[in-house]
Amino acid sequence: MRRIEPVVALLGPVVLVAIVGVLAATASRANEIYFLSAIVAVAMVASIYVFVGNSGVLSFGQISFVAVGAFAAGVLTVPGQSKSFVLPDLFPFLRDHTVGNIVSLGIAAVAGAILAALVGLPLMRLSGLAAGIATFAVLEVTHNLLREWTRIGPGATTLSLVPETTGALQATLGTIVVLTIVWLYGRSRPGRLLRATREDSAAAQAVGVGVHRQRLLAFTLSGALCGFAGGLYVHMLGSITTEQVYLELTFLTLAMLVVGGLTSLWGAVVGALTISGLDSLLAKAEAGTFLWDAPSGTRLVVVGAVMALVLVLRPSGITGGRELTLPRRSS
Amino acid sequence: MIVATLDAQTLVDAVGLGAIYALMAVGIGLVFGVLRLVNFAYGQLVMAGAYTLAFTADWPAVASIAACFAVVITLSLVLERSVFRPLRTQSPAVMLVTTFAVAFLLQSVALVIDVRDGTIGEPAGSIGGLNRAVSVLGVDVRRVTIVAVVVAVIALGLLALLLARTTIGLHMRAAATDFRTARLLGVRADRVIGFAVVLSGVLAAIVAVILTVQSPLVAPDFALKETIVVLVGVVVGGIDRLWTATLGGFAIGFTSGVINGVLPTDKTVFLPSAVFALVILVLLLRPAGLFGRAPAAERV
Repeated sequence: MRRIEPVVALLGPVVLVAIVGVLAATASRANEIYFLSAIVAVAMVASIYVFVGNSGVLSFGQISFVAVGAFAAGVLTVPGQSKSFVLPDLFPFLRDHTVGNIVSLGIAAVAGAILAALVGLPLMRLSGLAAGIATFAVLEVTHNLLREWTRIGPGATTLSLVPETTGALQATLGTIVVLTIVWLYGRSRPGRLLRATREDSAAAQAVGVGVHRQRLLAFTLSGALCGFAGGLYVHMLGSITTEQVYLELTFLTLAMLVVGGLTSLWGAVVGALTISGLDSLLAKAEAGTFLWDAPSGTRLVVVGAVMALVLVLRPSGITGGRELTLPRRSS
Repeated sequence: MIVATLDAQTLVDAVGLGAIYALMAVGIGLVFGVLRLVNFAYGQLVMAGAYTLAFTADWPAVASIAACFAVVITLSLVLERSVFRPLRTQSPAVMLVTTFAVAFLLQSVALVIDVRDGTIGEPAGSIGGLNRAVSVLGVDVRRVTIVAVVVAVIALGLLALLLARTTIGLHMRAAATDFRTARLLGVRADRVIGFAVVLSGVLAAIVAVILTVQSPLVAPDFALKETIVVLVGVVVGGIDRLWTATLGGFAIGFTSGVINGVLPTDKTVFLPSAVFALVILVLLLRPAGLFGRAPAAERV
């Protein structure tokens, strides 16, 4: 039993994502997007969990890596002949190169990792509220630059013509890759050291754990995975604005993580699927295509109310922050 | 070069912005003092007040403002009772994310109420006369800027007196320093927290009135941006003590105003980058806050 338990902690999330993937593959064209967004949400929340969940340091900056990944993958895959018309101000190396979809996901991950490492190097010295606010400032700066600097992206206009390659297959496989990396990291020595600093920072330092180093490592890994998830996201949407990878997504993904249970991968997956599932059902109800005909605006109100209720009634999240385990025999 | 462009107009605008932010900072700092809770939903209190002003726009100004105060204070108390109280013992991360959820909820409710007439945004014009500019020594000052600065000074002065000279003020300071010990010594927790919440509600209502005069079109994200900037300012100033939090709020408003005035016109779009880069720098150099004491141990 001992040997199986850690594998269950990975298999549970993977099976859930695979089920949603099959649903996405078999769903009608109109419904597919709901399942796909749920899967991509899992990828994002799991990527945020790598840092926030394992370190216990709240970061509002992870969506900036999603944004950078999304725009890197998006800008580099807009077909070459139309690029100089839609994005005339780009730096030449961005304008003249067009890559395939898989390569663009890799570049998105690298871009996220580089930015996270650069930002994390000084910032990971901070903890508590100072860390939260500093990472938030990173989000603001990233958003501002992406929005206003037209040499690196579309600026305030919509980036469109991005190939929509994130279908059921790529979304599911990509997210399973993310989950596996997150799980491997959690089982690894650095992952355990980082969790030790979360539980008792002083005791961890006393036995020789380098808090700054471990946090920076997880922050960079999280940046890479967030960038990758951003790549999946932009290839799912086909067109994107900077507003879509900004405040609302930050709050929503963090709320998913906390609602599911901050300190476990299982919590991240359950939270992401619960909230996006609820969101999709209500969106369909608002459109009048599901069970009852909800008045417009219901979706946001209900999602907000559910998030607030779960947090007030069960602050440790739906899973209580524990990994999935097999039921034990009582004898 | 910088000195040349930093004129009196810029300074006046910067002080006006700083005064409003300082008021919000006090509202956030008061609640943080007794609850250790960073209330992200503070902006939505202001938003609720602004909507009240918009919906009562054809009432006499005094009645409209009174309604605004009543709604905001009631909403603050309801939030304290239903959300903050059950969470009192939770970790700061959970409390902060819960206030996000509440903010999200209040904003969605506002949206549902607002779009009934088919448009987003409601005008609040009853007290718009304050928005006219008067010329003082060649500098255009909007009346509301004068009102904002005067109100901020008076409100902060009264608050300082209250905290320094009254029993409840003493209790609040004691609770902010060490909540547990204060309770042991007979400070009644619910009363102190309730009082802090009401005070912060009053400040939110004042801010709602001033902001509505400045920009009379009320939408669901009213005051959201301001709240975020003030939260940042409060932490940069030093959230542990009320006066450092207030100074932080004023400082970020004033600095934004000055940078905005100094940047060349075609570069003002990069104002947030400049301000937040400065924020990161300050936090790296002084994690306990710009005006804080020696670097504090971590809290979260």
